[in-house]
Amino acid sequence: MTRKSRRMYVLVVAIALLASATALVLTALDDNITYFYSPSDLKTKQVTVGRALRLGGLVEDGTFEKLDGGLKVKFSITDGAETVAVNYEGILPDLFREGQGVITEGSLNEKGEFIAHEVLAKHDENYMPAEVIEALKASGEWRGDEEQITE
Amino acid sequence: MIAELGQFAIIMALLAAIAQSILPLIGAERLDSRLMAFGGQASLVQLLFVILAFGCLTQAYIVSDFTLVNVAENSHSTKPLLYKISGVWGNHEGSMLLWILILAIFGAAVAAFGRNLPVTLKARVLAVQAMIGVGFLTFLIFTSNPFTRLLMPPENGRDLNPLLQDPGLAFHPPMLYVGYVGFSVAFSFAIAALIEGKVDAAWARWVRPWTLTAWTFLTGGLALGSWWAYYELGWGGWWFWDPVENVAFMPWLMGTALLHSAIVVEKRNSLKVWTILLAILTFSLSLIGTFIVRSGLLTSVHSFAVNPERGVFILFLLAIAIGGSLTLFAFRAPSLKAGGIFSPISREGGLLLNNLLLSTACATVFLGTLYPLFMEALGGGRVSIGPPFYNNTFVPVMVPLLLCVCAGPLLPWKRADLVGVLGRLKYAGLATILAILLAWYVTEGGPLLAILGLGMAAWMLLGTLSEWADKIKLFRAPLSTSWQRMVKLPGSAWGMTLAHGGLAIAVAGMISTTAWKVEDVAVLKPGETISVAGTDYRLDGVRELVGPNYQAVEGTFTVSQNGEFMAILKPEKRLYNVQKMPTTEAAIYSTFVGDYYAVIGDQVEDGGWTVRIYREPMITWIWFGCTLMVLAGFLSLADRRLRVGAPAGKRKQGKRKQKSQQNAAA
Repeated sequence: MTRKSRRMYVLVVAIALLASATALVLTALDDNITYFYSPSDLKTKQVTVGRALRLGGLVEDGTFEKLDGGLKVKFSITDGAETVAVNYEGILPDLFREGQGVITEGSLNEKGEFIAHEVLAKHDENYMPAEVIEALKASGEWRGDEEQITE
Repeated sequence: MIAELGQFAIIMALLAAIAQSILPLIGAERLDSRLMAFGGQASLVQLLFVILAFGCLTQAYIVSDFTLVNVAENSHSTKPLLYKISGVWGNHEGSMLLWILILAIFGAAVAAFGRNLPVTLKARVLAVQAMIGVGFLTFLIFTSNPFTRLLMPPENGRDLNPLLQDPGLAFHPPMLYVGYVGFSVAFSFAIAALIEGKVDAAWARWVRPWTLTAWTFLTGGLALGSWWAYYELGWGGWWFWDPVENVAFMPWLMGTALLHSAIVVEKRNSLKVWTILLAILTFSLSLIGTFIVRSGLLTSVHSFAVNPERGVFILFLLAIAIGGSLTLFAFRAPSLKAGGIFSPISREGGLLLNNLLLSTACATVFLGTLYPLFMEALGGGRVSIGPPFYNNTFVPVMVPLLLCVCAGPLLPWKRADLVGVLGRLKYAGLATILAILLAWYVTEGGPLLAILGLGMAAWMLLGTLSEWADKIKLFRAPLSTSWQRMVKLPGSAWGMTLAHGGLAIAVAGMISTTAWKVEDVAVLKPGETISVAGTDYRLDGVRELVGPNYQAVEGTFTVSQNGEFMAILKPEKRLYNVQKMPTTEAAIYSTFVGDYYAVIGDQVEDGGWTVRIYREPMITWIWFGCTLMVLAGFLSLADRRLRVGAPAGKRKQGKRKQKSQQNAAA
């Protein structure tokens, strides 16, 4: 075993690994990226029914209601300009309330309603998800300019 | 007064660090022993001042001195003492000071324990260590000063985020930081070696204990964090592939690779350039991790706009540290002499494969974590990458590594006979097939992949055990001989067996809980029962209670199986008085085979309560396995200390010991 042939072996293994890792990453990226949409984006852009996406904004005041004994809920997410109705079944995060910035993950159904399977409100009540801030700024609804608090 | 003293102390520490980063370097160049010795003294001075500053901040927290912005924003007078103290590092500024403290401790430790290091190497290591200190101290003083005063002090503070008011999280950051920062020593040694242009076995023997210390604490810190997330967040998960988790996990992956490649440098004087590169990359990932968490960079690049000063400073520091060290590496690495040669199938080859797989795995995590950032910077829209991405990239890369874990230690150095090695694992292989059949029987034909995964974990554990049995000649020599061989096994050999075994156990736990977790959500009125995975949970009642700084509702569940009583669970939902923030306190009944996990939610209109029940099979195995790995780290350290710390006069003895170890290994 000479130094040259050892280097060859190492190189072959490393390249093989790199190639398979790249292939894995590329296919995984294709299937598993979740795009973020604001309610306005959802109205203006073409969105495939059933494609997983994230929808974020403020929970609109007075839209939150519980259906069938409390596990199914319905609320609207707004960025000031547009509003989208969201259906969700499950327990909401501790910090969920009307007027709060949230991110939901799920997909659109045929009726144009958003079916969420996950609702995220961050751990800290001063915290506003950056995506939501951006969405609010884009629609001209952003007011606060307090320092954003992160973990 | 105390705060001004602290302010003074961090400035003095910065001055000491500046001197320490320049003078010893000049000394090493000119072979001036006085200038070189200055490095050691300066590192002690720097440490003393940082301790003083840290003490001042802690004091301010204990007496609730709300004239400090930092204390007012993150503490409250009614908070229990433990959380007043942990509040010191529960915020950006304080945690940076803790970082600097640990960095200074490591620097001083190199100075104190490094008596028989070559003087020039030691001087250079201390200088590089001090440069890191300069970067962080400047960052602290100019952008994140913990001692800033408030002109109008409030009556009381804003309190610490209630999620952080938990014993698990009180110790999680310090442990994680010892891990992160510990890799700075390996980094400093790598840079010093590049400056010297020399890497040899002695160098590796010096680097290993420091890397091992860092790795051990990082393992502990990660395990503690995941355990905290499991019981405190109330979602019943133990790992979320959240960016903040990922940035701590990446240095662990690279550090594990470094730990293994340093063995090759130490024993075979080979893979030197690679090891240097790994040391640089590991610490660079620690730096990136610290800053990403601290700057809020990862939620979005635009968080920079919130505090542009801090963000730009961070980028600048990262560019100097990472760019500078990699440039130095590019110039100097070719001058390092190549070491011994080996065949692809050999212990060296096995360790190299381990390194390649770990780096690839780390690269996939890196890509997944930073991809949203790249996308946004390039105007590709806002995206997020969740667990499925990692399941499809990280997991397939790790599987071959895990399969090889038990074969590697059986390979001899230089060249090996793979068939022979696999032959020595035949009993482990047979037992693995039995384990797969058993898993298939117990789970009544559960998902095939999960059963094979459990088989993989069994293979790792059994293979590791059979390597250990092989080493002490169990069943091949009289028991008394085996006993003697076992007693004589060096700590590092025990450490290896224990770490690999612990990994196997943790993997078994991860697979089971991922595959067979059961969860259910329901609305229950007191007296009603929900059945989850064959276990009955009866909600006996709900009452209100008042804690030291919160109010709560507490549910009482009676858990039973086939009418037989098992446990009482009392989950709470708390509302903290000051921040008006609700938190979920899950109640967990842990057994060897799994956890019974209950969470209570809100009351609904008709008087029922929303409850969440989880059944988490074998989840405690994850933390048990991690505990074993931490223990393994300390065991190996105990062994290395004897060899590394040996003063010059006793070096012969050290050599003899090493020889007997090699015999034992053969």
